[in-house]
Amino acid sequence: MSTQLIKHRGSPLWVAAMLHRISGLALAIFLPPHFLALGLALEGEARLDSFLRWSEQPLVKVSEIGLVFLFTVHLLGGLRILVIENFAWRDGQKQLATLAAALSAIVAFAFLVRVF
Amino acid sequence: MNTELSVSLWRGAQDGHYETYRVPQRASQTVLDVVTFVQRHIDPTLSYRFACRVGVCGSCAMTVNGKPRWTCRTHVAKVAGDGTLEIGPLENLPVIKDLAADMAPFFDKWQHAKGAFAPTQTRHEPIAPIKPDTTARKAADAAIECINCGVCYAACDTVRWNADYLGPAALTRAWTLVNDERDGGNSARLQAIAGAGGCHACHSHQSCQELCPQALNPTAAIAALKRRTVAAYLKGEIAV
Amino acid sequence: MNVRLYLWQRATAVVMAPLVVAHIAVIFYATRHGLSAADILARTHGSVAWAAFYGVFVLAVSIHASIGVRNILNEWLPLNERRIDACAVFFGLVLATLGLRAVAAVVLS
Repeated sequence: MSTQLIKHRGSPLWVAAMLHRISGLALAIFLPPHFLALGLALEGEARLDSFLRWSEQPLVKVSEIGLVFLFTVHLLGGLRILVIENFAWRDGQKQLATLAAALSAIVAFAFLVRVF
Repeated sequence: MNTELSVSLWRGAQDGHYETYRVPQRASQTVLDVVTFVQRHIDPTLSYRFACRVGVCGSCAMTVNGKPRWTCRTHVAKVAGDGTLEIGPLENLPVIKDLAADMAPFFDKWQHAKGAFAPTQTRHEPIAPIKPDTTARKAADAAIECINCGVCYAACDTVRWNADYLGPAALTRAWTLVNDERDGGNSARLQAIAGAGGCHACHSHQSCQELCPQALNPTAAIAALKRRTVAAYLKGEIAV
Repeated sequence: MNVRLYLWQRATAVVMAPLVVAHIAVIFYATRHGLSAADILARTHGSVAWAAFYGVFVLAVSIHASIGVRNILNEWLPLNERRIDACAVFFGLVLATLGLRAVAAVVLS
């Protein structure tokens, strides 16, 4: 009921948790079309090839950079959670969360550089 | 100091509105001082809760500019930089009136988590010697100073989104009892926290750990409970 | 979420962590070398290794993602529990079916 955005939601840890959830959801939505695209090989390699050529378009490549970021951030965020849940508590949680996001951005940037 | 604060207070029950009051700003003023001023000098119908007013009882917890805090320990100078304050009752709990939230659901979940000591001896047995430096006792001691203020419960988004979730305080208390060698209720306790609203619902947002005024760490306690319940589940000691 | 679902979700996460790293490497390799469909299929066709790698990946993600989606539905939508379970199971089956079909497509065709 607070009219202000609840302030603690600005914490890197809360943002990390939200990013983890949103990236998971986005990847879950992406997977069925991804599997369907790969399944085009059943119709012959020409069919798959024409799809791959379609995916060379800049807009698709930009989305792929986004996907690589979401994929990496979901992996690194997930590893962070597995560490919290299976090993002794370590302080510096905010720093770990920020590091995971930063590394994901670097990986996505590396992908961008290769693709453009 | 001649400045005035513009203070918005929640009035009403679940349905209500914010009303704004002008309160003189004073040196070293706390948010509780501000609320008290409104009730004593402006509107005696304002309802709010407090007791010790020195930061040991946890009764004065309210939502201050969006964050759940102990109002007696929150200096106005620190949170009202622009001279405005928005104060409401604790979130995630039903509102009784104005700034007083109903703590009953919080304590109900305490019971559901089996957060009560289950004795194994009577007064006729000798007192159990508990060494303070065992791993279990250290774990219990690190989590034991909870005074049930409700700040963690109010801060937790999983509590907000998942009506079944027992919440950080109840689970932290369960963790202290899991580590209490005198307690005989672990079988039922682990079962109670392994179901739908149990420790596994925690997503480690860590708002609880960041905001606990007693510097407790429910995230860590809940993570340990996750390990403990998984082990019990794999051994067939609990079922889902 | 309960202890059983938690265990399945975390266990599949652990299984998938190295697979994800490998898949990212594959993505980088394929885009770097501008692989066409023919190039990709030449590498995957008849390969037990690729079938095993992606087969395991598909099964693990079907379990992992469906439990994750279940949590989101439970917390963010006002649906009843049985409907949520049904949606999650359905989604898991969709992923497994389409995924294994895709693996078959690149390994067998």
